[in-house]
Amino acid sequence: MEIFLQQLVNGLSLGSIYGLIALGYTMVYGILRLINFAHGDVYMIGAYAGYYLSLKMRGGEPSFVKAALVMLGAMAVCALLGIVIERFAYRPVRRAAKLTSLITAIGVSLFLENAGQLVFGPDPKFFPSLAPHYSYIVAGVRLTSEQLTVFVVSLMVALFLYVLVMRTKTGVAMRAVSFNLDAAKLMGVSTNRMIVITFALGSAFAAVAGVLIGMAIPKIDPLMGIMYGLKAFVAAVLGGIGNIPGALLGGLLIGLAETFVVAYLSPTYRDAIAFTILIALLLFRPQGILGRAAREKV
Amino acid sequence: MPPLVRKLLYGIGLVVGMVLLSALVEGRLIPGVAIPPYPLRIVTLAGINIILAVSLNLINGFTGQFSIGHAGFMAIGAYGAGWMAITVGPSVEAALRFLPAGGAQAVVVILALAFGSVLAAMGGLVVGVPSLRLRGDYLAIVTLGFGEIIRVFILNIDAIGGARGYSGIPNLAGFGWVYFFAIVTVLLIRNVVGSSFGRTLVAVREDEIAAEAMGVNTTRAKVLSFLISSTLAGMAGGLFAFYNMYLHTNSFTFIKSIEFIIMIVIGGLGSIVGAVVGAVLYIVMTEGLRAFEQYRMVLFSLLLVLIMIFRPQGLFGHRDFSYRFRPRPEKLKRPGEGPGEGQG
Repeated sequence: MEIFLQQLVNGLSLGSIYGLIALGYTMVYGILRLINFAHGDVYMIGAYAGYYLSLKMRGGEPSFVKAALVMLGAMAVCALLGIVIERFAYRPVRRAAKLTSLITAIGVSLFLENAGQLVFGPDPKFFPSLAPHYSYIVAGVRLTSEQLTVFVVSLMVALFLYVLVMRTKTGVAMRAVSFNLDAAKLMGVSTNRMIVITFALGSAFAAVAGVLIGMAIPKIDPLMGIMYGLKAFVAAVLGGIGNIPGALLGGLLIGLAETFVVAYLSPTYRDAIAFTILIALLLFRPQGILGRAAREKV
Repeated sequence: MPPLVRKLLYGIGLVVGMVLLSALVEGRLIPGVAIPPYPLRIVTLAGINIILAVSLNLINGFTGQFSIGHAGFMAIGAYGAGWMAITVGPSVEAALRFLPAGGAQAVVVILALAFGSVLAAMGGLVVGVPSLRLRGDYLAIVTLGFGEIIRVFILNIDAIGGARGYSGIPNLAGFGWVYFFAIVTVLLIRNVVGSSFGRTLVAVREDEIAAEAMGVNTTRAKVLSFLISSTLAGMAGGLFAFYNMYLHTNSFTFIKSIEFIIMIVIGGLGSIVGAVVGAVLYIVMTEGLRAFEQYRMVLFSLLLVLIMIFRPQGLFGHRDFSYRFRPRPEKLKRPGEGPGEGQG
């Protein structure tokens, strides 16, 4: 039972990371119907931005203020990166066939991975400790402050995004663009600005995930974004793509499934479980858990 | 001359030609005349990649579906053929000792390749059937997922090496076999695409709903295109196994599948010549840039993005060299032109 609870805690904290990355996928897909393959790599860049920023701030004790500063810096870097990717890679192919934009996204992803290996070096780097480390034993289960931070921060981010999209004027405009880009433009919505905001926000959240993973598992490498990105995408689909609470829910479920498979089945199946879930899901409930089925318009 | 006899003669000519050509390049025909081992290896690997690119082009280029799981089918074929050659191969060879030199070995090659291809075809069927309900990017992710699942399962089967890799596969195929099958693949795909069935594939690519309304069985078209393509990928995998003599699941990650996509994107989705040229260019560029290894993939990925922005139809677009001496009756529409499907 204690092992089960421990795995539950581990799974929830891993799942929160997937959820955070999935938010970016779900936002971009919701607005452009594009799988932003490069999103997982933006998350990697976020982790590296956090790494270099914390090296710059070497002096001083680890504190939550320092961690927050590093996180804000990484978010700014990634938001900028997201805007650049949108402007120079995705905008030129926005009106082209779907396959064209998909291949472009794959190209951007490959570029970031390989440029990352070139710039940061292919070897893993160890993330310096940013925040003070506590660990608690509750009912025989070890809870670390990193796990708690990951969980709380991802909940807060999802809540923030939910309020932004559902309760503000910007959110209304974003939803309008997602519903019908051309109609939104005719109604006076600045569609390009909305798309830029979407990319900037999604990329900033990826940076949050990157810094958090650096704090939780202090090892980062330039290819870390591939698997996290793919699994986060599966999480977004699982929750219902375009649905913000769904992304977080999907992330938590994928994290739990993966942790339990590793604990009770075999660690080698770690990477297969998410895809198995995806295939089963697309066969039986393609709209995801919280999503609504969209009718194909002819 | 009756067509059947003519075709038979062509076939015999191809076999004899390949035997002579492979003897020539490997230095067995004229003493002192041969391609050195390293370039020969590159040329042979290029041949295997030609099979993979041309077969993937049937799905991605002609049927307009998007598969990022080709390396998975290649892996099934490679491991299947390798296993067959190791376990059944020696007894078949012993039973066929009465055949002239090389004959028994050729039978083993064909048997093992057939086994690997059939296994890969079954894999293709498993992917093709669910793909009926999915479109575009979802299909891409599912094929990617299937490819990774295949890889993880192979990694967990100890009888074929598991995480150690699969070694001890006999060196049964080289330049001759590879190019024999590369030519067969190109001819096969050309005939498929030129047939009425091929036109239904293109119809599915251009507009699935309209195709269905015109009476095209889109289900059948998509599944068959997956089936043919994965069979050929399995065969290429088998050839790779016999040539490389060692297999590891790390050679079949989805990065490998993306390499095949780069090849057909460079050459032009929906062009057989484009796929061949793309495969050769990719291999030549990969080898040529070996000195700048760490810059190589950065360059390829930039190239991919730039091609998509400035020339989404690739080098050849939908054009193909034709050996018919009359112009093609109709011109096909290129992707990226006409009414966009990006926004729905």
